[in-house]
Amino acid sequence: MYKVVERKMIVPNLHELVVEAPHVASSVQPGNFIILRADENGERIPLSVADWDREAGTVSSIFMQVGGSTAKLAQLHPGDEIPTFAGPLGRETEIEKYGTVVCVMGCYGIGSMWPVARALKEAGNEIVAVIEARSTFLLYWLDRYKELCDKVLYCTRDGTLGRKGHAGEIPDMLRSQGVKPDLVMAHGCTFQMKRMADVTREPGWKTVVNMNPIMIDGTGMCGVCRLTVGGETKFACVDGPDFDAHEIDWDEFLARRKTYFVEETEPLRHSGCGEHAEEHQGVSSG
Amino acid sequence: MAKKLNLDRKAMPKQKPWERIKNFDEVALGYTVELAQAEAERCLSCKKAFCSMGCPVGIDIPAFIKCIRKGDYAAGVRKIKETNALPAICGRVCPQEEQCEAKCVLGNKDAPIAIGRLERFLADYEASSGKRETPDRTEPTGKKVAIVGAGPAGVTVANDLALLGHSVTIFEALHDCGGVLTYGIPEFRLPKAIVRREVDYVRSLGVDIVTDFIVGKTRTVDSLMEEYDAMFIGAGAGLPWFLGIDGENLNGVYSANEYLTRVNLMKGFRFPETDTPVKRSAKVAVIGGGNVAMDAARTSERLGADETHIVYRRSRKELPAREEEVENAEEEGIIFDLLTLPTRILGDERGWVRALECIKMRLGEPDSSGRRRPLPIEGSDFELEVDAVVIAIGNSPNPLIPNSTKGLEIGKRGNIVADEETGKTSREGIWAGGDVVTGAATVISAMGAARNAAASMHRYLMDEDK
Ligand SMILES: Cc1cc2nc3c(=O)[nH]c(=O)nc-3n(C[C@H](O)[C@H](O)[C@H](O)COP(=O)(O)OP(=O)(O)OC[C@H]3O[C@@H](n4cnc5c(N)ncnc54)[C@H](O)[C@@H]3O)c2cc1C
Ligand SMILES: Cc1cc2nc3c(=O)[nH]c(=O)nc-3n(C[C@H](O)[C@H](O)[C@H](O)COP(=O)(O)OP(=O)(O)OC[C@H]3O[C@@H](n4cnc5c(N)ncnc54)[C@H](O)[C@@H]3O)c2cc1C
Ligand code: SF4
Ligand code: SF4
Ligand code: FES
Repeated sequence: MYKVVERKMIVPNLHELVVEAPHVASSVQPGNFIILRADENGERIPLSVADWDREAGTVSSIFMQVGGSTAKLAQLHPGDEIPTFAGPLGRETEIEKYGTVVCVMGCYGIGSMWPVARALKEAGNEIVAVIEARSTFLLYWLDRYKELCDKVLYCTRDGTLGRKGHAGEIPDMLRSQGVKPDLVMAHGCTFQMKRMADVTREPGWKTVVNMNPIMIDGTGMCGVCRLTVGGETKFACVDGPDFDAHEIDWDEFLARRKTYFVEETEPLRHSGCGEHAEEHQGVSSG
Repeated sequence: MAKKLNLDRKAMPKQKPWERIKNFDEVALGYTVELAQAEAERCLSCKKAFCSMGCPVGIDIPAFIKCIRKGDYAAGVRKIKETNALPAICGRVCPQEEQCEAKCVLGNKDAPIAIGRLERFLADYEASSGKRETPDRTEPTGKKVAIVGAGPAGVTVANDLALLGHSVTIFEALHDCGGVLTYGIPEFRLPKAIVRREVDYVRSLGVDIVTDFIVGKTRTVDSLMEEYDAMFIGAGAGLPWFLGIDGENLNGVYSANEYLTRVNLMKGFRFPETDTPVKRSAKVAVIGGGNVAMDAARTSERLGADETHIVYRRSRKELPAREEEVENAEEEGIIFDLLTLPTRILGDERGWVRALECIKMRLGEPDSSGRRRPLPIEGSDFELEVDAVVIAIGNSPNPLIPNSTKGLEIGKRGNIVADEETGKTSREGIWAGGDVVTGAATVISAMGAARNAAASMHRYLMDEDK
């Protein structure tokens, strides 16, 4: 059993979860994820690692309450115990000196990008953070990014902060700021990452996305997390989750994400993240 | 011959097909005392026990059968456990018809002794008596052993080395133990309570089992070796193969591992009481002809499919699954599309499986495996309308450990290379055995390899003291 050190809602529907898991804390790297179960009947669900404390042996994640399993997580209190916390899983993000790296993030990705941005900065890169949300009230951890990054840009659907619009506006924003990316990294909802793939293709900016398919074991045993990258089938849990955004078969990926849509009746409409909801619009049955 | 041969091999009671396809309970119910006695009575107690030579761990079969005849079941259990720590499991899932029973002299008359059923009878007797004998343990040696994987291979090594006084820790990637016995083989063939009992027993010997620990990720082999005196890798062959045909990533296409894991490990058959969903499909095609394919097809029936097909490219005779399981599948109404090769999976506009495109095959000349090579019959293509496809064509070892460990010799199929007799790998202090070495094989062969490795590890650990 693993002790929950903290679980608090940081903005509507997004929670920070801190769990005591020294075995993960000691070896986790930027870009890794973990798999947990909320209780004995629970699903194994993957969450990216948003931070850690090697000495205290704790691991943090930011999760969005979207369905049954994340609803269970949202009920946890400090001191509670969960039966499964496995990791670190996935390949770590390739950290090198690229030059200027634009880190695009939204939703839970604001959390999962944090260790990546930190490591990229340490490696000597210039970091431009582009933080995207439906509205200002869904933003968090801004102070951290302001302190770390060379530039922080915002993009909100309702225009309450920064540019009004969504991820599609980002190239334009960057150009107007005179930013020439050597690499774009995107973390967050699938739709946001797909949009980044679409808009960075034309200017030819290399873009790496942190994919989030359905998973079970996270070790390469079941194959449910497979996706097509550059015409080849890859398992996101062991070959990824980072992939070249321009090589991914996005239509297939989006379809596979909806496999259990009917079974998971919990409506997403109320989840707060515009992109999360959009992904599921117009889906009637599986 | 003085005594007339008794060729009346006793059948084992089973749940009726029309009842059992509605539940996940065990199909084969086991011998009653009367049936066990009658079957044991038939054994000739051969001086030269060919049957034992067919058993990969060399159980003294005539001796344990004699114990049954005498009604001394506890002694029978003891006899088996001299060489096989997991009789309740082997009695159920061993391919006996190719091993011990294939060598039984009564096999010449088509009525070999039902050795597996008798072995199961004794193991179940011990379980129901609630009295489990714990063998004597040696004084602690102070040596620390790390084992990777809590499948039958890892659990067997842990059992043997714990009894020899070593301090043993198993590291298991999943949240539950048992390996394929837990996530792959379904409840109706091997109840999970039995696997749990065996794992609990090994725990009771003082073995520490650490779950949620992925060796190669959580910690590497090299890092563990700094802390342990020896290591056994029993990580199995868990990487599922796909066919490489069009449409394999459509929704509704599963690897058998995914399909079975959802149902077994995650208890998806009780969804929504449990949280992991399983699709209720109407027409399912399972591709492949081994035990894994039979398990997937029979699971599909139990999940309520209207029709389940086994699609296999050779003929019935070549089906690699156990005969007993093929018969069970047939009784349960599974349709066998034999000599049929899938060529493409067709989807609808929303990305869901709609049909499996196949071509009919005929058997040509024997190939290198000695089996007649299947050849396509031109113009015989057809579409099998289905809403789910399960791919059960095989597994190979997971590359996680090979990729993260220096100096470990790896074979062509991604397997860890280990000495056949001792299980020694190319790395000093590291042994390996089971499916990770041989590729997907059997429970008893994994246990046999584990036994040998444990013995070799013990010699290594003790020699160091001198
Ligand atoms: C490598 C990886 C890292 C992830 N990191 C995070 C993270 O840091 N924070 C976070 O909030 N989420 C993360 N996710 C997504 C998270 O795992 C899912 O949101 C979660 O499993 C949903 O579980 P649920 O039972 O609450 O919802 P469900 O009831 O299972 O699903 C609710 C709806 O979400 C859809 N869905 C199914 N799987 C996913 C998925 N993987 N991602 C998104 N929607 C899904 C379903 O189609 C369904 O309509 C990550 C996923 C992966 C694979
Ligand atoms: C559906 C199915 C049906 C079968 N039916 C039969 C049958 O009827 N009769 C028969 O004899 N055999 C059968 N087999 C084969 C048999 O189950 C295997 O040969 C046997 O389980 C192999 O044992 P093992 O201990 O080598 O590996 P496994 O049982 O595969 O166990 C390996 C364990 O190691 C863990 N692991 C893997 N990598 C790591 C890592 N990096 N770190 C930590 N842990 C790790 C895995 O999670 C797993 O628990 C069947 C197999 C399947 C899939
Ligand atoms: S372990 Fe398997 S092969 Fe050996 S006697 Fe028992 S059933 Fe036969
Ligand atoms: S070969 Fe058959 S008859 Fe002879 S001892 Fe073995 S089981 Fe009995
Ligand atoms: S989650 Fe099972 S193989 Fe990736």
